[in-house]
Amino acid sequence: MKNVLSTKWGIIIVGIAIGILAPLLQLWGNPANMGICVACFVRDITGALGLHRAPVVQYLRPEIIGFVLGSFAAAYLFKEFRPRLGSAPIVRFILGVFAMIGALIFLGCPWRALLRLAGGDLNAILGLLGLAAGIWIGTRFLSSGYNLGASHKTYTSAGWIFPIIMAFFLILMLLNPQIPGEPQSGILFYSVEGPGSMHAPLIVSLIIGLVIGFLAQRSRFCTMGAIRDLILFKQTHLFSGIVALAIAAFVTNLVVNQFNPGFIGQPVAHSMHFWNFAGMTLAGLAFALAGGCPGRQLFLSGEGDGDAAIFVIGMIAGAAFAHNFGLASSAAGATPAGMAAFVVGMVVCLLIGFTMRERV
Amino acid sequence: MSNTNTVDARGLSCPQPVILTLNAMKKVKDGDIVILVDTDTAKENVSRAAKAQGWEVADIQSEEDGYSITIKKEG
Repeated sequence: MKNVLSTKWGIIIVGIAIGILAPLLQLWGNPANMGICVACFVRDITGALGLHRAPVVQYLRPEIIGFVLGSFAAAYLFKEFRPRLGSAPIVRFILGVFAMIGALIFLGCPWRALLRLAGGDLNAILGLLGLAAGIWIGTRFLSSGYNLGASHKTYTSAGWIFPIIMAFFLILMLLNPQIPGEPQSGILFYSVEGPGSMHAPLIVSLIIGLVIGFLAQRSRFCTMGAIRDLILFKQTHLFSGIVALAIAAFVTNLVVNQFNPGFIGQPVAHSMHFWNFAGMTLAGLAFALAGGCPGRQLFLSGEGDGDAAIFVIGMIAGAAFAHNFGLASSAAGATPAGMAAFVVGMVVCLLIGFTMRERV
Repeated sequence: MSNTNTVDARGLSCPQPVILTLNAMKKVKDGDIVILVDTDTAKENVSRAAKAQGWEVADIQSEEDGYSITIKKEG
């Protein structure tokens, strides 16, 4: 069967869908310019589980659960579920850790960078330039033989593990529902103030997550791949998807009166231009070396890719480090510890790029 | 003269299957190249890259572990 969503118009339609749904999630309760942010939301999940204890960013975001389960459903429905694993898992874990640390220096994943720009946050320009710079470095490694090796086919049950974890998270949430004004419900932590306290109703978040997960699995939507393919192959296929997302989000923000242009006082953002650029350079390089943006890694996890799941688990560990060690930025800006972590992360990613090359 | 080359890109993550295909195209210039991939994403990406380079996607066979894609360019 022809996969309509993997055509040029297909990916544009998916970009438009995400671009409309994300600002609407914001309208329905999600934080400003954060209708969807894969890095921020994985970080919030890490907090909800108590793996970090930053009180303002704790919520078990149903969008992330929906992304994985929506992709899982699409993969099964269209016979694309292929359980596989074994391509340098420890390396992918480390890349996930530093991808998250870089994203939290900037305060957003590539999706949020686009959504921030579409909401008028001009600091996002520095983040997007940094993202492109990091991906460009990654393409140099790809051109000179960088390769993490092949995965291999595995048991169906192994491919089910990550989707089951996500379903388990949803059950945890239903068993430990948020109590207004309380920072904890059973074993789960909830923010009573800050971005973690701002969220659309659970069912709305979950359904939109499922829809986007389904569409993104079919269309192979990837923000990192968009920029990488443009640089590496001069191909605009995936890029047209992220342009569509940004334009649709901009128009939606205008319609619902969420567009506020400027650099200063932007929500959940800072104006340290160099560190906005640098944080996303680190993240972009890590995404490029791992073969996908955080969203794409979730969708791949849903279709049975155990290595992508390891990257996501790395992001959870990275989020815990970022908040436990004070590496994450705040509205006040990047932290000295975050700047040191950036240097360590760049050294680690460059070493991975230089030393993991096959002869070509 | 016709050449047949096989590229085994099974198990490789993005964008390795496309890079290996492009490298093979540069090497053989014309003739047939058979590319083995294990995901639908890789199948679509390889086919798209081949067409963009002026190669014809002559055949796609579904196999147990994925697909065998044959691309062709007349010399």
